[in-house]
Amino acid sequence: MFQVRFHGRGGQGAVTAAELLSVAAFNEGNFAQAFPSFGSERMGAPVASFCRISDKEIRLREPIEHPDILLVLDPTLLHHVPIFEGASENAQCLINSTHSVNDLGLGQTPVRLLHVPASAIARDVLGVDRPNTALLGGLAALCESISLSAIQDAIRSRFTGEIGEKNCAVAQKAYAYVKAEVGDA
Amino acid sequence: MRKQIEGSQAIAAAVQCCRPEVISCYPITPQTHIVETLSAKVKSGELENCEFINVESEFAALSVLIGASAAGARTYTATASQGLLYMAEAVYNASGMGFPIVMTIGNRAIGAPINIWNDHSDSMSMRDAGWVQLYAESNQEAVDLHIQAFRLAESLSLPVMVCVDGFVLTHAFEPVEIPSQAQVDSFLPSFDPVQVLDPENPISMGTMVGPNAFFEVRYLHHEKHLRALERIPTIAREFEKTFGRKAAGLAEGYFHEDAETIFVALGSMNGTIKDFVDLRRARGEKVGCIKLVSYRPFPSEVVRSLADSAQRVICVEKHLAPGTCGVVASEVRHALQHSGKQVQAVIGGIGGRPISLAALDGLWAERNRLDEPHFLGLNWEVIGSVLENQKKIRRSGPVAESVVKTVAEKGGFHGI
Repeated sequence: MFQVRFHGRGGQGAVTAAELLSVAAFNEGNFAQAFPSFGSERMGAPVASFCRISDKEIRLREPIEHPDILLVLDPTLLHHVPIFEGASENAQCLINSTHSVNDLGLGQTPVRLLHVPASAIARDVLGVDRPNTALLGGLAALCESISLSAIQDAIRSRFTGEIGEKNCAVAQKAYAYVKAEVGDA
Repeated sequence: MRKQIEGSQAIAAAVQCCRPEVISCYPITPQTHIVETLSAKVKSGELENCEFINVESEFAALSVLIGASAAGARTYTATASQGLLYMAEAVYNASGMGFPIVMTIGNRAIGAPINIWNDHSDSMSMRDAGWVQLYAESNQEAVDLHIQAFRLAESLSLPVMVCVDGFVLTHAFEPVEIPSQAQVDSFLPSFDPVQVLDPENPISMGTMVGPNAFFEVRYLHHEKHLRALERIPTIAREFEKTFGRKAAGLAEGYFHEDAETIFVALGSMNGTIKDFVDLRRARGEKVGCIKLVSYRPFPSEVVRSLADSAQRVICVEKHLAPGTCGVVASEVRHALQHSGKQVQAVIGGIGGRPISLAALDGLWAERNRLDEPHFLGLNWEVIGSVLENQKKIRRSGPVAESVVKTVAEKGGFHGI
């Protein structure tokens, strides 16, 4: 079982991102389960969402307490929410930031930190600060089990036409950025 | 077709295949995406021959369906939480008059205090309202139960609630096999009402009944539930034949044959409990579980048979009935009376607090020392502090506020 936890604020698309990841994983032949941290459906309020991916049927119904990957849509949450809590050994955390991880002032963390300027890419391509699809592209660069094309197909299945294509381009750019960051370009 | 889909969308697709003719709902009940999706399907013409009636309250929603069902239409609605309470009088009328309405409950807690998260307080508040109540473990089961619910409801002329854990299932994306229209059509015949308003043959519905006959009418309502105990497994078998998927019927055992300890639960927590059973079985511990699908009617005989090998039966319930607790355990205890089995009530998952594997591990470690009932994951430090404060200060203020403040001071469960 592979578990991803998204941390964002209401309106940034954290819930949609978890759902799209589950669709991508499903389309690649996996079992997947995505769900939001329930209830806090308010613009700007901290929200979390979850996605489990497995080669077996997923019956477990608890929130993800031991994520393998953390995706942080809003870096201001790093100082307010216990984002790294429960992270599994070898967990990786991809943060939406133009700053490199050393400049984020987080000190020693129990997880491997990476960054991607998701909001900047989204503003550049979409014209709005909607960082979710960029983080999904970045995620594809970090995990072998999820391909960029599966993420893009999931995006197209939700957003048709130009918006879908632009979000695919966002995912592509973020993918390339993170690949370069991990030295796997 | 197998799809990665949100639970609410999957349920809407299943309801659509059942060809409802009247859907009436109040949109902020609190609601899920189910009726929103159905309203769009009606508007676009994807769901044909269906009238979608948006009303001013839940009371109106169900009252409209009572009228529509009396006119011979297949009817559907969905609600949850306070919405179900606001509907209460019509809930009793629908079952008392024997209208085969199907209603989804996206299970949530009931205030006060206000809480929009999942537990079973809402449907449990209507457990004696005379409706059949079926609880889904997964979104696949939710889809399958809705299709069976229409067949069951109409065969007995009795309304059915399909209870689906709010958020945990309704908002979860997971793989669901969405049945084809042809499959559903071959399983679910068109509605043939036992009573219908017809100007050519006038009848009176909702007649006043005095002490000379009321008891008999009520007994016949109960008798329908006894027939439902027979009908639910039959319909489940026919469902399996048509759809090629297992249907649990009244209840389903998991590693129950040789289990010394058996968990009993309703709804989505059965998934987590099954994972827990697997982990314990891997250590050689003889644990199993029983998923109660039908809570009304209560399948006492099936529970007795599934729990046969167990010495200890642990009922995990997402409902706290103040002043008694453990309503599911009481009924399981009644089903197992004279068997010598120990029946333990465990209250948990209240107001959205998750029932996790870690919580079940903790429960397991304490299994020989549990109070009756046991409160799973209750923060006793906070309880003690609030009670202490109430003893000291007469005007100690609203309890909800005190508890929230005390939790903030002392720490405790915090959802990520």
